[in-house]
Amino acid sequence: MNVVKSNNIYILAGNCVTPSGFNLSENIEAIQKENIAIQEHNDQIYSSSSFYGGIIDNELLNQTIKKKIPLANNFSKLEKMMLLSLNNIKANYLPILKDRCGLIIASTKGNIDRINLDDEDYLLSQLGRKIAKSIGITTDPIVVSNACVSGILAVSVAKRLIQAGMYDHVVISAGDLFSRFVFSGFQSFYAVSSNPCKPYSANRDGITLGEAAASILITRDQSITDTTSYIISGDSSINDANHISGPSRNGDGLFKSIEEVLKNSNLSAIDVDCICAHGTATQYNDEMEAQAFNRSNLHETPVFSLKGFFGHTLGAAGLLETVVTLELANRKIIPPSFGYDFNGLTLPLAISTGQQNIQINTVLKTASGFGGVNTAVLFQKPKPFFNVN
Amino acid sequence: MLIKHICKISNGQVWLDDNILHEDRQETFQSFIHEVYRSQKIAYPKFFKMDPLSKFAIVGSSIIFDNLDGDIERDTALVFANRSSCIDIDKKHLDTITHIDNYYPSPANFVYTLPNISLGEVSIKYNLKTENAFFVFEEFNKPFLFAYSETLLYQNKATMVLCAWIEVNNDAYEGIFFLVSKEGSEKNLTTQLKNFIIP
Amino acid sequence: MINLKFELKTKLIAALNLEGMTPDDINDSDSLFGDGIGLDSIDALELIVMLDKDYGIKFTNTEEGQSVLKSISSMAEYITSNRTK
Repeated sequence: MNVVKSNNIYILAGNCVTPSGFNLSENIEAIQKENIAIQEHNDQIYSSSSFYGGIIDNELLNQTIKKKIPLANNFSKLEKMMLLSLNNIKANYLPILKDRCGLIIASTKGNIDRINLDDEDYLLSQLGRKIAKSIGITTDPIVVSNACVSGILAVSVAKRLIQAGMYDHVVISAGDLFSRFVFSGFQSFYAVSSNPCKPYSANRDGITLGEAAASILITRDQSITDTTSYIISGDSSINDANHISGPSRNGDGLFKSIEEVLKNSNLSAIDVDCICAHGTATQYNDEMEAQAFNRSNLHETPVFSLKGFFGHTLGAAGLLETVVTLELANRKIIPPSFGYDFNGLTLPLAISTGQQNIQINTVLKTASGFGGVNTAVLFQKPKPFFNVN
Repeated sequence: MLIKHICKISNGQVWLDDNILHEDRQETFQSFIHEVYRSQKIAYPKFFKMDPLSKFAIVGSSIIFDNLDGDIERDTALVFANRSSCIDIDKKHLDTITHIDNYYPSPANFVYTLPNISLGEVSIKYNLKTENAFFVFEEFNKPFLFAYSETLLYQNKATMVLCAWIEVNNDAYEGIFFLVSKEGSEKNLTTQLKNFIIP
Repeated sequence: MINLKFELKTKLIAALNLEGMTPDDINDSDSLFGDGIGLDSIDALELIVMLDKDYGIKFTNTEEGQSVLKSISSMAEYITSNRTK
């Protein structure tokens, strides 16, 4: 087919698999009903005492895979989650996309539950190979493993590779598991909340971990897009260069990333309709975001975190939260910042309590992570579909 | 795109462009990389707290950055990749949580169980508030590393890029670091690139 | 108490990978964090693990640990009163 090449890079066909649902509509319905994915669990595999987390039911997942993707019956949990999230793209888009289609996998720990098996079952490169083969993509898979920004950095990488002429389309699948490996690590940091996490709140006391898979399609081909597709108008990932586990106190890296994406898009803070931020509910992260958003004049822009709903899904988070936010935006909804109660920040932010019937043309997604990483990506409705409230 | 410098670390040898800086076969990666750290006078005490991948990143990056003619460019992006992520420290963390009666997860270990921490350590050492990305491939993917670096340069996301393949898994290691910039065509450092073979 | 202090200095150097440092380099009352020995937040958490593993001392949050970890002397005093190993 003739690819209609445009200067715009589009994002479409988002899907996700979480404890709240095995496709995007189920998850949106859960969000509208405020049925959070975080539950109390009592499972010795993860921890000797009870804990809160977002964990996908294995039975349900296996049953669904048996029905929909039987070739994956013996695959790992993460592979099942990712393939299920890719099902719509595989069925509706891949048959027409042919060879100029790349694949990016985003994950921090991949098949971490297989770490004591053969290296080959565990390596991230093998995860990429398996997913590519299962959905019929022939180009070499690219794996992005960049801490908690992986899912949204993958979007930025896809855009850059398309603009460089390497591909016309890129499929992205992001995923991470809730694991004892990661849970124990965060416990050693005293960073795990004793209740469902409360981003930006005064009595926030740490993260709640979750697991999820999310997928999306990035393309320069306008002909496969529709009125619900956003364009990626700016992307930037600036390191704090401060500390490997603590964010910079004045949010330098995040601030610079935001300034860069606004500059790329020729926009100012006032043009941003809402921010899907990182909001992990640790003391330092949330405060750092308040610093960065204030420095960028975004303190009056509705901002929310989805970690109070899904938990912190690590490498999946950036993409899961983007997929959900853009779908809600198309339905003219800004979600509330789940888990938030009383303000716990030293600088003002417009923490969202939820809005409906609001035209959302410009969405900012931000994420931060261990290693001083930060990523900001700006999504805009293409001009013909741009509306004023 | 111009390759300004190459640092190659493999088989007990350390090369910077066409010069051999260090030659020393050690039994373990740890003894080798510590020897290189000392012989190249890197003098960065934090080095000893790092996991093998980050130590490798600091050594290779320091050899390139400390031997530049001028100052390091403030806008130098970092693009690293490997095959095994940070598997050595992963296994070490796993050891501390496997047995219920010997359960002592260590924050100093855990923080390194992400491969991009190696980028973070280099960013901190050289104060580089710049673009960073860590990729994983089945084998050394020079075309991708160069294409992505070029993208950063030509989309004005960086004025220089340090891109590297840094692979360490147990005592098997292979590292190659390229400092690339926009102007000119690929420098003909073919001796180094031709001799670079992954075992 | 003198033996415990020496033991703590040796363990601290090993646990925190303080290359090139010897117990003689650390005075009992030196401030471990900030301008003294210069340990950081991850080092503090690591010492909290060490106190649990080697002396059976558990903290419920990091603030509790901070006051104990001020110096070798404060650590030795606390361990003497609270150790279960």
